[in-house]
Amino acid sequence: MKKRSLLFPILIIATGIIFVTRLFFLQIIEHDSSDISLNSSTIKRIYTYPERGFVFDRNGKLMVANEQTYDVKVIPNEVKPFDTLEFCKLLKIDKDYLVHKLARAKNYSRWLPSVFLSQLSKEDYAYLQEKIYKYKGFSIQRKSLRNYPHKSSSNILGYINEVNEYLAQKNPYYEQGELVGTQGIEKEYEHLLRGTKGVEYKLRNRLNKVIGPYKEGIFDTISKPGEDLTLTIDLALQEYGELLMQNKRGGIVAIEPNSGEILALVTAPNYDPNLMVGRKKSKNSVILFNDSINKPMIDRGLQAAYAPGSPFKLIQGLIGLQENVITPSSSFYCHHGYKYASGKNNFMGCHCNIVGRPIDLRLGIAKSCNTYFANVYKRLIEKYPTPQQSVTKWAEHLHSFGLGNYLGYDLPSGRKGNIPTADYYDKIYPRKTWKFPTIISNAIGQGEIVTTPIQLANMIAAIANRGHFYTPHILKKINNQNIEIEKFTTKRHTTIDKENFTPVIDGMHDVYTNGTARHVQVKGIDICGKTGTVQNYIRKNGIKYELADHSIFVAFAPKENPKIALAIFVENGGYGSMIAAPIASLMIEKYLLGTDKLKWWEDRIINTSLEKEYNKQTSIESLEVAKK
Amino acid sequence: MNIYSASSSETHNEIFDFGARYGKQIIWIGLGVLISIFLLFIESSFYEKFAAYIYLACMLLLAGLFIVGKNINGATSWYAIGSFSIQPTEFAKTGTVLALARLLNDRQFSFKPLKNRLKTFVIITIPAILITLQPDPGSALVYLSFILLFYREGLHPNILIVGISAVVLFLATLVFGYLYVIASVILVSIVVLWFISKGRKKLIRFEWPKILGIISIILGYVYSVYYLFNYVFKQRHRDRFNILLGLSDDTSDIGYNTYQSIKTISSGGFWGKGFLQGDRTQGKFVPEQDTDYIFSTIGEEWGFWGSMLVVLFFMIFILRIVFLAEKQKSTFGRVYGYGVACIFFFHVLINIAMVIGLFPTIGIPLPFFSYGGSSLWGFTMLLFIFIKLDASKNYEL
Repeated sequence: MKKRSLLFPILIIATGIIFVTRLFFLQIIEHDSSDISLNSSTIKRIYTYPERGFVFDRNGKLMVANEQTYDVKVIPNEVKPFDTLEFCKLLKIDKDYLVHKLARAKNYSRWLPSVFLSQLSKEDYAYLQEKIYKYKGFSIQRKSLRNYPHKSSSNILGYINEVNEYLAQKNPYYEQGELVGTQGIEKEYEHLLRGTKGVEYKLRNRLNKVIGPYKEGIFDTISKPGEDLTLTIDLALQEYGELLMQNKRGGIVAIEPNSGEILALVTAPNYDPNLMVGRKKSKNSVILFNDSINKPMIDRGLQAAYAPGSPFKLIQGLIGLQENVITPSSSFYCHHGYKYASGKNNFMGCHCNIVGRPIDLRLGIAKSCNTYFANVYKRLIEKYPTPQQSVTKWAEHLHSFGLGNYLGYDLPSGRKGNIPTADYYDKIYPRKTWKFPTIISNAIGQGEIVTTPIQLANMIAAIANRGHFYTPHILKKINNQNIEIEKFTTKRHTTIDKENFTPVIDGMHDVYTNGTARHVQVKGIDICGKTGTVQNYIRKNGIKYELADHSIFVAFAPKENPKIALAIFVENGGYGSMIAAPIASLMIEKYLLGTDKLKWWEDRIINTSLEKEYNKQTSIESLEVAKK
Repeated sequence: MNIYSASSSETHNEIFDFGARYGKQIIWIGLGVLISIFLLFIESSFYEKFAAYIYLACMLLLAGLFIVGKNINGATSWYAIGSFSIQPTEFAKTGTVLALARLLNDRQFSFKPLKNRLKTFVIITIPAILITLQPDPGSALVYLSFILLFYREGLHPNILIVGISAVVLFLATLVFGYLYVIASVILVSIVVLWFISKGRKKLIRFEWPKILGIISIILGYVYSVYYLFNYVFKQRHRDRFNILLGLSDDTSDIGYNTYQSIKTISSGGFWGKGFLQGDRTQGKFVPEQDTDYIFSTIGEEWGFWGSMLVVLFFMIFILRIVFLAEKQKSTFGRVYGYGVACIFFFHVLINIAMVIGLFPTIGIPLPFFSYGGSSLWGFTMLLFIFIKLDASKNYEL
């Protein structure tokens, strides 16, 4: 009997031990301390989003503001029967929309709010606000949207997108569906513009309904509004540049040489920034992104990588002087071109038309003599025992001007361009057979050299400054307070000595007084410039077609104490002097004087459309015609 | 004994915090105290004399449910009186234990004759069947616990062994599949028989028909478990077992209760979140958290030390009842006490095991903790009748 009565107590004790062990396992070992933190599934975070910062141009003109819109939200389980006819009339929707949207909301969640109708106008909101109490389960949520008072500068300003899953995972600040700057300064200065969102922690039940504050709200924070930014852009100049570039493709970059501030950054074709806002945004962005012919989403000022052409001769001259292979008075003769090797085809033509008299550096620049710079380049490349050494030295000088790499400006897009190095050629010619004649195209800025307009503009700023530049940048003030960002206030010196700039700048000045740009002189301003014309080809079905030349112009003004340096690039614009040079003069006049002495040129440029030229490129027939 | 009940009531008061239900429960507790005082005033011999009638009354109440019962949550288990509902299932336990005590009290009683075995079987089967028909199979399972009582009172241990083997084979079949179990049963039998035959031959006589009979019964059982589980059980039953045995992993739909309950308990940590501070409790993440899953609230708000204390309290409490039952002079008192212990033990075992994820979801309350007046009264009656019996044992012959 006694033995039998032991079984039950043993069972009880065993059960107790098993339970305590299991509890120990659950509550001590498996206990996840983060589970009681603010990430727990019982706690709901409600965010208050601050207003995004405004954006102004350098003169305080408003470029980006905010606009309040209103979303109608619905919680399906709280909807009570209502007068659907009146409701549809109020919201200007039809019954199908109502039924469809309600079904979708229900499908998503019966307990969580879904957007029923987004972006009501202020008028509709005013009506609805008075009546919304009648419709249980519906509510209005205020939302802030970007608003652009001008149609300009979309490439600079960028746009805002909803946070995607990838970003939400990468950056703990964001949650999916929130807004984040995705392009332009909205992206670059997202952390300043967005401010800091506020958060309230609420206890919620298993159905996600809020049942009260968590710990009386001791963890809650208030939102901090975004900072207002002032850009270095001169909106008037920017808009003028956009006007001049209409119906053309290309870019204008204008920089203030003594600060590196970007005054204008024009790309054409452009789009109205208001297209990337609001209800029509997704539709518009598909159209804009899919336009593979005009490519409006590409910022040609930053991303168009082309051969620089003749403006490159400026820097070739500077390097020649610095390397002591020429002096300002060194002269060469030109016979309509330069024969760089034996053989009939090894001849580089020249259009300077100065036959029978010596050409020095200043004249070579003013008249853009190919022969002169071929000779300079030959001396440069043959200065050191091997072409490798010479090219390395040459590339060093170029790199000091910010060419061949990202400049470090504060915008999120760009291209490196290309400055060929010895390694680069050794890879192309593995047997290292390359010599000066192989790379002669570099002498006049063609061949393997690739630059972007902003690199060219920066190069001109460095020339204007006689030997140094500041990293180009676009942010001037935060909340109307001047800022000092070390990166943008540090002088970057080039490898060229100051005195070597004089003959080159004189040559650039001659371009305006008696050279390729004398027809677009502006009285009262000493402009220094340089035209460029770059041949380009297109390949279709294996056949090479020559297209109209790209038109390039670089300039700075005034000659002493320069205030503006710019690079202009017009795709298929023909001779540099015909389109790019007048645009440069007009921009300079507009910025420095604000007059319109070149009215005739202004009208001509505005009315010039290159659409016909661009259309040619899309059909083989027209290319065939162009060839003949 | 009084200390136990008092402490349980105290804990009870503290735990409850569910608004309207809180107030209701206070009323239940107040009335429960009155009932217990009333029970203490009744002569202890009354229970012995009227055990059969009390049992009969309880059975009638159970049967009456089929006529005027109120259906709550799919089971017709309640009599509705105004806004209060009474669940006779909870009182039937008291009646059954009393009836069993009365039956076994007979000096000549022994489990040897088949007639006696049948009698006890009938006493516990009638309420079990009536309750299963409500349907409330969880509560009916409680009657299984009396097997411990019968063993104590002389039931042959083979029955216990058979019972336990049946459960083990049942679970093994579900986990490993019937083919493996059948194969291993045959293998084990061969090995065991071989060892026995090589050893002391006189240990057992080899009655082959008997041995083969037993083996084929085992195999038949295994197969029928498989068959029952897959063809007779409903999907929801299968699901519950599957989740518990780790055969399927589900946190959203069917396994939701268990998953949420485990999560809630483990979120309590060592010290718990404090009374009324359990955010998962406040958010009502665990279904039935004030009735069957009340232990998850304790786990969250009072942490490891609190839930451990509750477990220890129950274990000591049940041990104390067993200990007191053993000390009873009358068989009636002893059997009754043992029965009470069995019922408490079964409730605590099944309920806490379910909440901490060691057992499938079976809806039975945790004594004195779960919300519900009938269950509170039921346990109060069970306990206080025993206290009365214990208090008067010295004066009885």
